[in-house]
Amino acid sequence: MKKKKRKELLLQGNEAIVEGALKAGCRFFAGYPITPATEISEILSVKLPKVDGTFIQMEDEIASLGAVIGASLTGTKSMTATSGPGFSLMQENLGFAIITEIPCVIVDAMRGGPSTGLPTSPSQSDVMQARWGTHGDHPIIVLCPSTVSECFTLTIKAFNFSERFRNPVILLVDEVVAHMREKIAIPDDEEIEVFNRVKPTVPPEWYIPYQDTPRGVPPMADFGEGYRYHVTGLTHDIRGFPTSRPDEIDPFIRRLFRKISQNFGEMQIGEFFMTDDADISIVAYGCVARSAKRAVIDARERGIKVGLLKLNTIWPFMRTAVEKLVAKSKIVIVPEMNMGQISREVKRVIKSDVKVFTINKVDSTIITPEEIWARIKEVS
Amino acid sequence: MAEITKLIHKYLRHDKKFPHVWCPGCGIGIMLGALIRAIDSSGYDKDDIVLVSGIGCTGRLPVYVDFNTLHTTHGRALTFATGIKLAKPRLKVIVVMGDGDAIAIGGNHFIHAARRNIDLTSIIVNNSVYGMTGGQYSPATPYGMKTTTSMYSNVEHDFKIAELAVTAGAAFVGRGTVYHAKLLDSLFEKAFHKAGFSVVEVISHCHTQYGRLNRMGSAVEMMEWQRDHAVTVEKARQMKSDELQDKFVIGVLVDRELPPYEEEYEKVRKWAKGVDKK
Repeated sequence: MKKKKRKELLLQGNEAIVEGALKAGCRFFAGYPITPATEISEILSVKLPKVDGTFIQMEDEIASLGAVIGASLTGTKSMTATSGPGFSLMQENLGFAIITEIPCVIVDAMRGGPSTGLPTSPSQSDVMQARWGTHGDHPIIVLCPSTVSECFTLTIKAFNFSERFRNPVILLVDEVVAHMREKIAIPDDEEIEVFNRVKPTVPPEWYIPYQDTPRGVPPMADFGEGYRYHVTGLTHDIRGFPTSRPDEIDPFIRRLFRKISQNFGEMQIGEFFMTDDADISIVAYGCVARSAKRAVIDARERGIKVGLLKLNTIWPFMRTAVEKLVAKSKIVIVPEMNMGQISREVKRVIKSDVKVFTINKVDSTIITPEEIWARIKEVS
Repeated sequence: MAEITKLIHKYLRHDKKFPHVWCPGCGIGIMLGALIRAIDSSGYDKDDIVLVSGIGCTGRLPVYVDFNTLHTTHGRALTFATGIKLAKPRLKVIVVMGDGDAIAIGGNHFIHAARRNIDLTSIIVNNSVYGMTGGQYSPATPYGMKTTTSMYSNVEHDFKIAELAVTAGAAFVGRGTVYHAKLLDSLFEKAFHKAGFSVVEVISHCHTQYGRLNRMGSAVEMMEWQRDHAVTVEKARQMKSDELQDKFVIGVLVDRELPPYEEEYEKVRKWAKGVDKK
């Protein structure tokens, strides 16, 4: 019997996230049931024990992220999944993972808000919460899939970035993509690039847990492997001990930002679709990028040169990609299912007289290709 | 140097992180001494101990000792400890908390960790007040006491922490005081050796805040209060309820055989792999 090269499956977005997580090496999941992310918990509760991993349902989302960070500190790749209300509760420990530089992945399947909002309806309104939800100045990495296949690949990327940069990574998926079913091809293991955190090679007595490196990312020792060190949510010195010295605080906070900013290029994932000659460009992400792609094709058939920049990396914001876009396009349209969270960012990075138009839909329904096409006609 | 002092110095990060933050006369130091003695006599390797804490005066404890130490967010220590223990069960995970940390902001995590019976030891230093922020009332502040947020008088009723742990399902629950330091040593040792969720409530004092406002005197006088109001479990059994009115019980409150969560989850792994049938 001939072995098929790639396994093809019909999967839901949430199922693809699970497959991606397992391929990336996730072996610990703690979560709390919430629509529309619950499938991730349900499936991992079945699959993780099969591979000697651990699933636990905690008492709330605060506890879930706490357990995830604790597990990661022992060297186990760990993840949680939630939606807006739970994501709000996680902001506290998200900040802890950032300041202590403990890798972890958080899936936020966005639904309508604020508060309990619209549990089963789509939205893209957590873009800014993902960026600035936890208090204090901090860097963050946020990825956003718009297809089931990207749910798989970006979950692996999320783990890789998290391990590489010692920072939490948020996978921001909207309800449409989380619950949609599509055919995806699962690559063979050898085709999948998996990155594991760098561990110290020095003997324990030489280990300085938060010492700067050229990449800005210090090696991380697992708890219980002979490197006895201190981990605290207090601002700390390079040895991990609390400090109130300005000359130690400043380089620490700057390093946290630098480890993201100086490796910015590595984190930029997106797609330019027919933008080379486009007079009008659309910037979209998540399920809206799917409608936008259709609208681009329809517009081209009618002789209007429209292109699409699909953002898969939401934060750090793809400034250079937008700059490249507006070198040609003098009109940009940003359709999104919120009151203008990414369009604000697009306007911020454009320094020329390019006009930025928005489509802001907040009625719990998706933005259709027709609605984008109507806007194209209006502005062209 | 006395042998006991040498022993304690063996476990301190003394060249790194002193002086400590606690007030002179604070009970946390006595509790830390007992903790170190119990760890030493239990024969654990330093590399295998994880000491986890939350926020507050007690939360500052792990930084001073030479283990794997984790100082988490307020009230959440048990959630981090849960992750550590489940991901690496061979580690001995000990959680130290204050009363506000454990049963106010962390109350939900506390009862659920007890209910799950995860193999963790929780030590709760109960000094009846939020010390670090300047002496506000906590869920362990008794009715009628003054604090900086109950200057007229506290009109809330206090949780009895050890009894709460018993009801929530912990496998082992003990209570001691910083006056009864030797009892603490033995309670900690018993708690460490218990498979499952073990709790030791340590009655302590905050003479700087709580004691001053309630005219309870110096640290020494507050420890004498502990001596005069503590009744052993054995003695309490022979006392009438009105005699126990202003007393609290010390010793082992509960010690029961319950399968720890890790053992139960191992069954789940076997069912999942089809090794065993459910």
